[in-house]
Amino acid sequence: MAAHRCSYIAVLLSFCGLSLFIVAGSQKTTLPVGEHAAANGNPQTGTETAEQTTEPPAVEEELWEATEVEGATPDDAATDTPDTSTQESVVLSPVAQPKDDFQEELVIRPLPSGDIYASFQFRTLWETDFRVSHYRLFPKSLGQVISKFSVRELHISFTQGYWRTMQWGQPFQSSPPGAELWVWFQDSVTDVDSTWKELTNVLSGIFCASLNFIDSTNTVQPSASFKPLGIGNVTDHRFLRYATLPREIVCTENLTPWKKLLPCGSKAGLAVLLKSEKLFYSSFHSQAVHIRPVCRDQDCKTTSWELRQTLNVVFDLHTCAQGKREWSLFKMFSRTLTEACPLASSSKIYIDITDNPQGEQFELSPATSLLSQAVVLGDRRTFSVYDLTQRITFGTVHSLNLLIRWKSSEGHTLRPLLHAERYVAGYGLHVGEIHTVMYNNHPYRSFPVMLLELVPWYLRLYIHTLTVTSKGKENTPSYIHYQPSKDRVRPHLLEMLVQLPPNSVTEVTMQFERALLKWTEYTPDPNHGFYVGSSVISSLVPSIVAMDTNITLEQPLFSSFFPCKEESSFFVRVYTEPLLVNLPTPDFSMPYNVICLTCTVVAVGYGSLYNLLTRSFQIEEPSPGLAKRIANIIRKMRGVPPL
Amino acid sequence: MGLLSDPNRRRALISLLTRLNAPICVVCYMAGVAWFMGLAFEPFTLRTYMSENAMGSTMVEERFPAGERALATGREFSAHKKKVGGMPVDWLVKTMQDRGLEVFTQRFSRTLPFPDENKERYMVKGTNVYGILRAPRAPRTEALVLSAPCTPGDHNNQAVGLLLGLAQYFRNQIYWAKDIIFLVNEHDLIGMQAWLEGYHHTNTTGMNWSPLQGRGGSIQAALSLELSSDVITSLDLVLEGLNGQLPNLDLANLFYAFCQKIGVVCTIQGKLQRNDWDSVSGYSHSVQTLMLMVMKQASGRPWGDHGLFLRYHIEAATIKGINSFRQFKRDATTIGRLLEGMYRKLNNLLERLHQSYFFYLMPSLSHFVSIGYYMPAFCLLAVILLQALDLWVQIATPQESSPGVLSVLTPLVISHLTGVALYTLPTRFQEMAVEHFPVSETEAVVLTAIAVYTAGLALPHNTHRCLGTEQGWKVLKLVALLYLAVLLGCTALINFSLGYILALTLVPAAAFVTPNLPKVLSAFIMVILSPACTLLYSVFFFQELQEAPVSFQDGWLLYLSVISQGILDHFLYGSLVYPLIALLVYPCWLLFWNILFWK
Repeated sequence: MAAHRCSYIAVLLSFCGLSLFIVAGSQKTTLPVGEHAAANGNPQTGTETAEQTTEPPAVEEELWEATEVEGATPDDAATDTPDTSTQESVVLSPVAQPKDDFQEELVIRPLPSGDIYASFQFRTLWETDFRVSHYRLFPKSLGQVISKFSVRELHISFTQGYWRTMQWGQPFQSSPPGAELWVWFQDSVTDVDSTWKELTNVLSGIFCASLNFIDSTNTVQPSASFKPLGIGNVTDHRFLRYATLPREIVCTENLTPWKKLLPCGSKAGLAVLLKSEKLFYSSFHSQAVHIRPVCRDQDCKTTSWELRQTLNVVFDLHTCAQGKREWSLFKMFSRTLTEACPLASSSKIYIDITDNPQGEQFELSPATSLLSQAVVLGDRRTFSVYDLTQRITFGTVHSLNLLIRWKSSEGHTLRPLLHAERYVAGYGLHVGEIHTVMYNNHPYRSFPVMLLELVPWYLRLYIHTLTVTSKGKENTPSYIHYQPSKDRVRPHLLEMLVQLPPNSVTEVTMQFERALLKWTEYTPDPNHGFYVGSSVISSLVPSIVAMDTNITLEQPLFSSFFPCKEESSFFVRVYTEPLLVNLPTPDFSMPYNVICLTCTVVAVGYGSLYNLLTRSFQIEEPSPGLAKRIANIIRKMRGVPPL
Repeated sequence: MGLLSDPNRRRALISLLTRLNAPICVVCYMAGVAWFMGLAFEPFTLRTYMSENAMGSTMVEERFPAGERALATGREFSAHKKKVGGMPVDWLVKTMQDRGLEVFTQRFSRTLPFPDENKERYMVKGTNVYGILRAPRAPRTEALVLSAPCTPGDHNNQAVGLLLGLAQYFRNQIYWAKDIIFLVNEHDLIGMQAWLEGYHHTNTTGMNWSPLQGRGGSIQAALSLELSSDVITSLDLVLEGLNGQLPNLDLANLFYAFCQKIGVVCTIQGKLQRNDWDSVSGYSHSVQTLMLMVMKQASGRPWGDHGLFLRYHIEAATIKGINSFRQFKRDATTIGRLLEGMYRKLNNLLERLHQSYFFYLMPSLSHFVSIGYYMPAFCLLAVILLQALDLWVQIATPQESSPGVLSVLTPLVISHLTGVALYTLPTRFQEMAVEHFPVSETEAVVLTAIAVYTAGLALPHNTHRCLGTEQGWKVLKLVALLYLAVLLGCTALINFSLGYILALTLVPAAAFVTPNLPKVLSAFIMVILSPACTLLYSVFFFQELQEAPVSFQDGWLLYLSVISQGILDHFLYGSLVYPLIALLVYPCWLLFWNILFWK
């Protein structure tokens, strides 16, 4: 079966390549026109122009690949026969195999609340364009998905629990409860919606999740909130799709396929710690896959694909540690480390010791002399580093069991610069109000945030009731993008750019009406309520320290996810909690049916009964014959009394 | 249909109805009362059973160990309460934080429309403290509430202690799927009202509160705890909420099931369960229990802190610890285990409680009367519609001077204006009354209400200027009867008890009244059957049922305080009984009064 699929893909790939070259060759003369159109940024000029504009990047890409593989001149691409042979040689010869690289990392941050945050980061870099069928480190299932659906960027996350910003600060990568998927397609994709539909179904199979429930009623195209994180400056949001499934439950069945994407699986390296019985005995669990093209070097002339797998977990002080402030790898994961993944070029553990410079808060054993500093989330943090590729790290027992033991038990309180919450106000089943509250805790800087609200169609938003207030005064958003919903077709999408004044609370309120669904549209548990996904707040928050803007510099993985354009601010995405809204629900029970039936009968009977009771009957004489009636009409016209 | 469309048969049927009208009405009235009395007879009622699958079949273990420590915390709380002279906010915040909860406070203030003499409060200021236990791996969409009021004096310290003990124990468990909110509210119902309004960001009663900082999503169920002694002999379940709303019966079933399992004696309306239903005393016992529930429900006031949750479609009940049946002593650990079990089962809920009944009466904790059984009792009373049919037939026979329907407009408008006066004047003119008469504000309000009510009786002599014919009062009576039927029907659908009690007195008055009766006697009967007198009997009857009979003097004072409480309930919590009586029932009764004095 697998072999069949592989050969099919190979054929498909070579066919794609072939057709691309043919198209490229035939369009060579029209290229400047196409570029002109692209430069104008005029996407709505009919299908023909769209096709033209979408072609040139494909040609370019082909050129990169050609130079990469055998250093051929770009002109060679026009000829057909040598190219196909090149393709085959790439597939067959292991010598020309593209370079790939795998890194793994575990960051452990003791949180002020006494809980502990562990973040796994795995990164696979591959200098390829997926026109090959031999995969080494990169998972083949994902590679095929990327090439088949012309995906430019793919971000998927599965989260169980809610990140408590007020207690825990900002996570390295944030994600909403449930499943979230956002994809940028290549601009060569003509029918984005059907591609998206297919892609969600395929991903649903790969990750063993209900992503197939993503359809047009929960998919939107945000205009500003989700910019590509990789390189590439196409920001036409027609090629972006965003969807969340707030109800998705994440469990072992999602973890296993996620682990299988790793080069070492869960056999060696940091991934041996990922045992589900401990990972799911926690306060928060989030796993994600991010695929994007990144620069290969400083000049950024060529790209490679980056696959980033992250897993964030927070262990609770009270339930996991019985209130004792003492954490070890064994206590957290019921495993210790014995080796790095042999395929990894780097394998490190970082422990955040910023709050503990002299060792007065907690002690760390075994001690390490290796320290590292990284600027992450607007703060310069110090980390103790354990390099797993060095044998010395494991000591004499050949096993590493990191131990953090607190000396004092008081935690300091946290004041994250930006956080948000959301709730439904009102009572009854007719109307309600969605409140989104955003807190800017910066003492003197105001900053803008991009708020995205994705509301299902069955909550009918009264957009005229939209109010934005900060410090009791009205706050006018500088940008509003609103797409009204269509019943059973698409959701509401509201994006707003709001300036948050320093040290303030900004409240966005909107009233809505609850729709009465058709009786087949209710879920099997209608009285549970219906979910409204998290709203997304993306912002450039003023940074306390200068951020690193040099993306090619060697950095720990956790600090290099969001590209940083300027030194004075850092990018943060905050998700609010999802909402559970009750809709008017018929009582789907036997008495309900009986009542409906009786009411119908009564309603039918009442009309006639009432009619009979109120009408007075009079006996009327039999109607006269036709002749008499005509005679009467004539007499009436003459003005004589009728017969 | 054929029967009615044939003019001859129709005439026969109608003449039959008109002839037998009075006997039919009397028989139906009797049958209605008899049916109602039969509801308390055990073989006629259903046993309670758990409808909700998520709570029924799953078993939970109760392991709460720390009852003694909870009581110690309660004593500490009491000491701090005494020291501060009110709610020890700082201590509570710190204690909850130590137990690993996210703690928030809410300040509120409310000036009552007039001083509440029962609880001695006028300008109320207070603080609610609540801690949220965040369920691990749950996205803050659902929550459960456990609340304990912080009452002045020595009351309820054990409840707060147990609440904190449970919070500590619950925090160390991993199995929670819903956030649990532990709330200590000050000034009982006013604090609860402020907290609920803050949580749902509504303002229905004009209270001032500071917005809440932390929430846990939509609240699925709530329990309010009242314990005032270290040793508990039994637990009493209070269900009656605002406007006679009741929580889903499954909540009562859950409580009953756990009391059975853990072996705690449980009561409802403070009445122990008895097994001798076939004896007279056993029957009268369950009649008493049922009547108490009817009385409490009809009053429309919240009978515990849980009562205000029901407006927000949150199933809630109050659990009261009683210390009077000496032979069954239970310690705080047992109560803690009972609550733990209940919360674990509520935590298992997949949907809101909706499977079981929302409209029911309980003659004992193990038996209930559903809406399908008690509604016929009301329907039999509402047969006065036959009277209306009779009048309709009489009016329909053509006469010379048939007055238009507009002629009844004057009495309708005047009686409703009286109703509006009864609703607005007492609170509007309390200052003026206090200035001119030697009474307190509360007395002023109540006495003004009674004065307006009595003054309304004098009105009919002035309102029959329109065609004072035979036909005139019949039209008026027809309108009044239909009005009464609709009014009582709607009331009974929302609050059966209130509708039934009103129907019990208003229906005979409405049925017999004509202008041709001896004036003095019938006026006396009418007054006796008026809504105000119904309230007076209810007060005495309620005291009788509670086995605390009062003398007439005390009963009258109680009556006055009940009126003031009713008015306060309306302004503080939005209870609808006072406006219903003042704006609709009283004017309707005035219409019948008007007919009696028709010339």
